Amino acid sequence: MSFDVFADPAIFLVQLLNATQQGLLLFLIASGLTLIFGIMGIINLAHGSFYMVGAYAAYAVAEATGSFWLALPIGVAAGIALGYVLERLLFRFFYERDHLYQVLLTFGLILIFEEVRGMMFGEDTHRALTPEALDFSIPLLGVQSYPAYRLAISVICLLVALGLYLLISRTRLGMMIRAGAYNREMVQALGINITFVYAAVFGLGTGLAALAGLLEAPVASVEPGISGRYLIISFVVVVIGGIGSVKGAFYGALLIGFVDTFAKVIVPEAAGMSVYLLMAAVLLWRPTGLFGRPA
Amino acid sequence: MIGATTTDNGANGLVRLFLLVGLGVFALFPLVGSTFYVQLGTKVMVFAILAMSLNLLVGFTGLVSLGHAAFFGIAAYSVYFFTPGFTAASVWWTLPAAVGLAGLAALVIGALSLRTKGIFFLMVTLAFGQMVFFLFHDTPIGGSPDGVYVNAVPTFDALGIDLPELRDRYQLIEGGARAPFTLYYVTLACMLAVYAFLAVLLRSLFGHVIKGIRVNEHRMRALGYPVYGYKLASFVIAGLLGGLAGYLWAVQSLFVNPELAGWHMSAEILLMVILGGMGTIYGPILGALALEALRELAEIAIEYGVTASNAIGLTEMDPHRAATDYYLLVEGVVIIAIVIVLPRGLSGLIEDLAAYLRSGRRSAKGEAEQAT
Repeated sequence: MSFDVFADPAIFLVQLLNATQQGLLLFLIASGLTLIFGIMGIINLAHGSFYMVGAYAAYAVAEATGSFWLALPIGVAAGIALGYVLERLLFRFFYERDHLYQVLLTFGLILIFEEVRGMMFGEDTHRALTPEALDFSIPLLGVQSYPAYRLAISVICLLVALGLYLLISRTRLGMMIRAGAYNREMVQALGINITFVYAAVFGLGTGLAALAGLLEAPVASVEPGISGRYLIISFVVVVIGGIGSVKGAFYGALLIGFVDTFAKVIVPEAAGMSVYLLMAAVLLWRPTGLFGRPA
Repeated sequence: MIGATTTDNGANGLVRLFLLVGLGVFALFPLVGSTFYVQLGTKVMVFAILAMSLNLLVGFTGLVSLGHAAFFGIAAYSVYFFTPGFTAASVWWTLPAAVGLAGLAALVIGALSLRTKGIFFLMVTLAFGQMVFFLFHDTPIGGSPDGVYVNAVPTFDALGIDLPELRDRYQLIEGGARAPFTLYYVTLACMLAVYAFLAVLLRSLFGHVIKGIRVNEHRMRALGYPVYGYKLASFVIAGLLGGLAGYLWAVQSLFVNPELAGWHMSAEILLMVILGGMGTIYGPILGALALEALRELAEIAIEYGVTASNAIGLTEMDPHRAATDYYLLVEGVVIIAIVIVLPRGLSGLIEDLAAYLRSGRRSAKGEAEQAT
């Protein structure tokens, strides 16, 4: 155990920025997961595969065209389209079925996604190009500096979070989403086209996960198995924040980002367990999560 | 509502006949099977025990746990803990200790997880399972993230008499006699014992209460049953039995890795339960068998397919590598097909067939009586 991180303000600041960036990325993934849970009651283990789609899209498009900014819309569009198609083809038949079958369906999808990835890209480790305009470092206190692109990730995530907040609290679609999360049958009875809302929410959720993969591709490796990188931890975020609560996902993700980042510095050998211990503590205190409605 | 659709545990005649034939096949298999397939058989039975233990939760108590591999992994790692060097330890204390550790973990994890319900329970067990995974993966307790070897087979003696080593031997004994497949038969005995234990348990008052909880928890509570306690007891029993499977696994493979406790393993066990059918005690045995058979058949089919397409110049792949590479694609497609077309699993199919044969015979008998 070592508390050196608190001794040097510059190192502390770097870790603080890392924690924020990780938490915000985690929010992109977990917000989609919690929306899909809250509104459709679907437990989607394949959510991490959309993160993978985004990461590989960033690598492949940036490699082919030399432009990361071109990869961004293409990758997000791929994530949304894939989510939409799967919702229409498979998921909509599973809304009324037990979670058990949803778990198995999405477990099967993970295997298929992973194998198709292997056929398309092989088993090598890749890295997407950092966008040139952001390929520099910003000096911090003393000798430390911080990559501009990493700061940009946090800024983009915050903008997306703000957009998501406005979408849900200020628009007509957002109203339907909130109503759908609260009482599905009533929304349907009021004559709202719930089929469209479902497909839209599913596409939105998978698009956000793809965006997270795209944004992180230049700073983390693009490799086999990355679909599992944030999968379980984003479930923990959803449990801590409360199912269906985007606000809960936001605070939960930041909390996990901080705990995970600082645990890796302070107690590296137990870092993997830290977030699960946190979850256990939260559940003892509030079994439905920080922002969940009491059952 | 999930779970039993038939009132199992009093399996009817035809199903009982099917089970007896199956038992005969299991018992006689080492007389004809090669060492490779006998070892595979041991593995299938280990997974059958594991899947039966999870089925107590999923199929009979109505608790969908996605962290069951944790108890499997804990007991498997216990074998490594108890034989740190090259000195073998006796089965008679390592087995209860390993199973006990798994049960203790189930008590703690269950006590916390059962504060939640439904989808929360599923995710919380998933997270606790991952916690155990990271315990073995990251901390010094687990030895190495890539797994560790168990250096000595636990000794197996009774009343001072050495019984044959707990292994399925690789080679034939001199003179052409077959090696004693000790572990195979020990595992078979364990599987039968677990089956019998579950059959008795589910017929007891305890069994009726947990089945009642699956159907309507509120009513059981209103009737005055301490629902939480019953669910926790069921969770701990499942953990203990899962631990038994973990112990046998470690003895067979003499290698343990964190993945044994990981969530992929949990999902695979759940798949065996569903594939076999969760309404019956024997269903998960079929599921474990079918999944292993699927793996073998799919790999053979892929090998032949790739060899053929290589021959006509369509592809240039190593058939053997393709088989291991693409097997998971087949498994993924099969999983999705099963949840869509066979939600009650193989045992559901057998129960339906038995019911059909019975009704057919009854109506035939009825017609014969009418004719006279």
